[in-house]
Amino acid sequence: MPIKIKKEAVRRGIINRVKEISGIDINACLQCKKCTNGCPVSEYTSSSPSEIIKKLQLGAGEELLDSEIIWTCVSCATCYSRCPMEIDMAQVMDALRVLAEETGAAKPDGNMPLMNKILLGTIKTFGRTYDLGAMALYKAGTASYMKDMDKVPMILKKGKIALLPSQGADKKMVKQIFNHLEKARKK
Amino acid sequence: MKYAYFPGCSAESTARDLYLSTLAVAPVLGVEFIEPQGWSCCGTTMAHQVDHDLSVSLAAANLAKVKDMGLDMVVSCASCYSRMKIANHEISTNPKTRGIVSATLGRDYDGSVKVRHFVEIIIEDMGLAAFKKALKHSLQGLKVASYYGCLLVRPPEIASFDDPENPVYMDKIIDAMGGVGLDWPHKVECCGGSLTLTRSDLVVKLSETIISMAKDSGAQCIAVACPMCQINLDMRQDDILKTTGHRYDMPIIYITQLMGLCLGMSEQALGLNKLIISPQETLNFIQSSIRS
Repeated sequence: MPIKIKKEAVRRGIINRVKEISGIDINACLQCKKCTNGCPVSEYTSSSPSEIIKKLQLGAGEELLDSEIIWTCVSCATCYSRCPMEIDMAQVMDALRVLAEETGAAKPDGNMPLMNKILLGTIKTFGRTYDLGAMALYKAGTASYMKDMDKVPMILKKGKIALLPSQGADKKMVKQIFNHLEKARKK
Repeated sequence: MKYAYFPGCSAESTARDLYLSTLAVAPVLGVEFIEPQGWSCCGTTMAHQVDHDLSVSLAAANLAKVKDMGLDMVVSCASCYSRMKIANHEISTNPKTRGIVSATLGRDYDGSVKVRHFVEIIIEDMGLAAFKKALKHSLQGLKVASYYGCLLVRPPEIASFDDPENPVYMDKIIDAMGGVGLDWPHKVECCGGSLTLTRSDLVVKLSETIISMAKDSGAQCIAVACPMCQINLDMRQDDILKTTGHRYDMPIIYITQLMGLCLGMSEQALGLNKLIISPQETLNFIQSSIRS
């Protein structure tokens, strides 16, 4: 498949930003495609890990951040495990997610950034995740009330989800972590 | 054998059954667990996608508590296991990260707490010979596909759990219990757990690939050690049936629940009533052998 990229005004595109955030140097990539062949989602999604790397190497800019795979990547690290050059692609994907959020890139189906924000919100409040609350907020935020509606009674009936948030965590410590890092970011 | 036990958030919610069965099985095997006071979320599976320092710090807050206890940390959730190990790796190899974490937690932590999975404890610390001695019942040839998923085994140099492509720890436990740990190809494929609510269409595809391969390999049930894999493979069989018409009725049972059955514990005590796909056929198979 031919690879098309748009060169940005900034020389070398976003590759340096990706390296800065992830600490991973992708220039060692040989394009052997072991990552893509092992990737569980690449056959169901446009783009693939090896293609993302090649595009970055060729100087791709922010348009790369619209790639669906950034949010369909399941962080399973099969790519990294099998890479002969030991490139930690999972960390590269995390860096692309951070950049996608920063630049307000397009969000494909399934609003993963919203899910992440909601779950982190429950941790900040209760010190532990609160699944049921997060599910409800996500559904409200995406207006996807009907999707998976049959699952809620299914897991409630089996007692397979907690009704109320946990109260046992060291909330003070967790709040301190969030607040400290938020302050450090602002500086 | 005394350890600090980190239950993880799912222990109080979607993986109550894993928690119940782990705590039921441990004392009988001579394993003492102490929960770190006020343990908090390790940040999996979302923090690393948003903020690297946050994900390392959330895990480190718990590791630092365990450091003070002077014990190894045992984790039964594969996802927490992975995050704890990654945090340890980053803190011990990257002085900058260690500095950020120290400032965030208000104390230093060196990344030195040993993080272990309950399955590792059975194999490496207790040993299969001692484990066998504790058993009351046998699985009597039950064919089990042990499914390890991603987070226990990858990335290999950080997880260092058994073998990254063909792990056999759970299979060894199954064999020791008188079952047949199947050699099958999808032991470490990903079920898509982290996308379960956002992209259920993809998750249904990934889950079916795994369940159908287990079925084709002759499995009567799938044994798991990860809460995300369990609920995903268990809950999504209904969607697989609705979207493809394929009915599997494949019980997805925690390895600790199978262990509990062989130790003579009740279904209730092991949380087996919480499974969505009924494990009744599996239970009948084991119990018929107990009677005979």
